[in-house]
Amino acid sequence: MAIGGAVTPGRKAKWAIIDIIVVVYALVPVLWIVSLSFKTKDTLADGNFIPRDWTLQNYADIFATDEFIRPLINSLGISIIATLIAVVLGMMAAYAIARLDFPGKKALVGVSLLIAMFPQISLVTPLFNIERELGLFDTWPGLILPYITFALPLAIYTLSAFFREIPWELEKAAKMDGATPGQAFWKVIAPLAAPGVFTTAILVFIFCWNDFLFAISLTSTEASRTVPAALSFFTGTSQFEDPTGTISAAAVVITIPIILFVLFFQRRIVAGLTSGAVKG
Amino acid sequence: MSHAVTEAPGQPARPQGKPALSEGKKAERKLGLLLCAPAALVMLAVTGYPIIYSIWLSLQRYDLRFPDERQFVGLDNYVAVLSNSYWWTAFGTTMFITVVSVAIELVLGMALALIMHRTLVGRGLVRTVTLIPYGIVTVVAAFSWFYAWTPETGYLANALAGDGAPLTEQWPSLWIIILAEVWKTTPFMALLLMAGLALVPDDLLKAASVDGANAWQRFSKVMVPVMKPAILVALLFRTLDAFRVFDNIFVLTNGANDTGSVSMQTYNNLIKGLNLGIGSAMAVLIFVTVALIAFIFIKVFGTAAPGSDQGSKR
Repeated sequence: MAIGGAVTPGRKAKWAIIDIIVVVYALVPVLWIVSLSFKTKDTLADGNFIPRDWTLQNYADIFATDEFIRPLINSLGISIIATLIAVVLGMMAAYAIARLDFPGKKALVGVSLLIAMFPQISLVTPLFNIERELGLFDTWPGLILPYITFALPLAIYTLSAFFREIPWELEKAAKMDGATPGQAFWKVIAPLAAPGVFTTAILVFIFCWNDFLFAISLTSTEASRTVPAALSFFTGTSQFEDPTGTISAAAVVITIPIILFVLFFQRRIVAGLTSGAVKG
Repeated sequence: MSHAVTEAPGQPARPQGKPALSEGKKAERKLGLLLCAPAALVMLAVTGYPIIYSIWLSLQRYDLRFPDERQFVGLDNYVAVLSNSYWWTAFGTTMFITVVSVAIELVLGMALALIMHRTLVGRGLVRTVTLIPYGIVTVVAAFSWFYAWTPETGYLANALAGDGAPLTEQWPSLWIIILAEVWKTTPFMALLLMAGLALVPDDLLKAASVDGANAWQRFSKVMVPVMKPAILVALLFRTLDAFRVFDNIFVLTNGANDTGSVSMQTYNNLIKGLNLGIGSAMAVLIFVTVALIAFIFIKVFGTAAPGSDQGSKR
């Protein structure tokens, strides 16, 4: 926090320059892929950071093919379903961890910590075989299940950190008025917890949206392949065409939700990421 | 994963519960178990069972191309992996990428955390743009770096690489992979460190300043000791995460020229080789390595696992 008169124009200018460096650092790779996505076929390989000729053709191309639309639907559906389930299960567990006394609490916290650190590749080979045998390979549930699993530790930590800050007395008051513990959870705590739940949902969604390893190992067709996995199979509108433009356009499309979240919920995301990590 | 399934195991424990427990206490314990059961079941079913299953698979000769030749072979798969030079190359590459990128991230992340914490202007702007690398899909960022370093197409290749094609040579490729990793994950490191910075009392810094400590002394003698737990947690998380490196390598080099990580190798063995026995042995070895890294952090450096004492608080 600025302390009174210590803020001189000189110090402000110094910080402004540092800020600009950070902005350049964060944005240049993003602007580069945006620039590629607007380049025409002839100028794609010219190496210019800013397109000389602008075109929307790359976007028109990807939205004209199932090669992109199917994976986009898969990505949205799988990420949203996995997020909803992980947040609901995480809410229940986090409430218990933050508010209730029961045996096995430490074990649960320990297990989720282990999973947060788990090398996901170690699961790919066994899951591949298990899902093949169960008929889950290359299906939505086949991806949703591992996503929920790896999102749960994140959800449980973030949510229990938020839940611990909710005024405890309100729940007691509700119980005194005759509410059961279950009612106290759904009617009193849940509405108060909504901001924390929402933040957690964003973080979990970003996690699912981002996954590549499971997506590329546990799918084989457009039935369940998500966009990050599909991108690496992109061949362009015809087989002999350089896919740089279409890959860039698709990459930009799946970056839009992330940019929107970051723009509108910056404070919440920062709060969510930091609250789970450092114990109060 | 429905409630009906989870209720059953909770019930039998009740009759023998300690008689001293009041009705309210019993209800609380039961509710606690019920609420945790679905999450615990999913996590155990999707990680616990497969890891045990992969230990079992790793002891067999099991190649999906020759399913009839499946048989128990003891530790043969481990011997095969551990005596293979490709495995050790991948292991060395993974370790190199992990150590170098985490070290760079710690320095850059600390700088970024200080900027986000102390900047006098544009704090919201800095925090917002910082979240973009964190949130962006790794594969998208990887393609951006890939095209940036592609000869002719890329601004970086044209400006810095001359006539060469950096992504076709081992060392340039490794540094580009590290660059991509560092760019993407430094913000996460910075956010964890910023949470630690917030715990440093302003009074302490002022007192040090009054006592004549300069900026570097205030940082190294006051801030770092207070932040030590946060630093260790950030390092632990990032080290384990970096060890899993896969997405960036897949897009940037696809493991060519000895740039593959252990994750890449396990993936290739599964998808191209369809050899479940060898793949499972690799999976178990990676799991053991990660467990060792975590053990070293927690036992040797005394990293307090986040949340470990949260549970006992109430």
